[in-house]
Amino acid sequence: MFNPSLWRMKKFADSVPEMMNLQREINRLFSNVGQGTALDYPAINVWEKDDSIILTTELPGMDPGKIDISVTGTTLTLSGTSKADPIKEGETYLRQERELGNFQRNFQLPFHVDSKKIEARYEKGILHITLPRFKEDLPKKIKINS
Amino acid sequence: MSEKDLQKTQNTTATERIRNVKTFVPRVDIYETREALILIADMPGVDDKTVDVELEKNILTISGRVEDGKLMDHTLVFSEYEVGDYERAFTLSDEIDREKIKATVKQGVLRLELPKAEKVKPKKITINAA
Repeated sequence: MFNPSLWRMKKFADSVPEMMNLQREINRLFSNVGQGTALDYPAINVWEKDDSIILTTELPGMDPGKIDISVTGTTLTLSGTSKADPIKEGETYLRQERELGNFQRNFQLPFHVDSKKIEARYEKGILHITLPRFKEDLPKKIKINS
Repeated sequence: MSEKDLQKTQNTTATERIRNVKTFVPRVDIYETREALILIADMPGVDDKTVDVELEKNILTISGRVEDGKLMDHTLVFSEYEVGDYERAFTLSDEIDREKIKATVKQGVLRLELPKAEKVKPKKITINAA
């Protein structure tokens, strides 16, 4: 786009949709600064090593059987169903701040993962997902012959 | 707390702590049954050894120590939440039977049962027909 020869060939009108797109993206970015939306739950941290990434997230009080992790291509989907509402009829909440709702979140992974070797561990309310990189996808060192 | 506010809230206490970590306000649900007040607090990262419940006069303090969560051989490349300790205090009324408070921790959730004192339990009063 910044190549001058190409730029000159392009009419300004051609780039209008692109600029509109850019404007929309920027508006979206700044419209919710400082507060997460429902889509951002649960919050994640991502850790990286040469051949794998680890995704951690805080999901207190879940039943591990009700957390769903699936990988399609390079998209990781994390979803879960709500914790049971513990109160019985006739009892009232004096304060209700915890999350009880269902959630679903998708992540774009930077590489293809070996779906057979994905490991997930849930302890103390923290979920760890280890995603090993596909062997064939690993960067290969190329030897230079002199 | 608003519906959209899903991130952890950091504690803003006047006094500083000795341990140099951030502290967060755990989210709690409190509800009342006939016999007790039940307090449920989300404290991911704590277990029964690292959580502390203290009752002094009528101030109930719950706190939890969390390991920093760093993974030794990995580097953090993207972060949406921070790890830190938890602390929150509540004022209790005198209606609680202090001797019988029960606490359990399961999957990062603290559950406190605060039984009501015998004298304040609701009593059904029968009305005699005249």
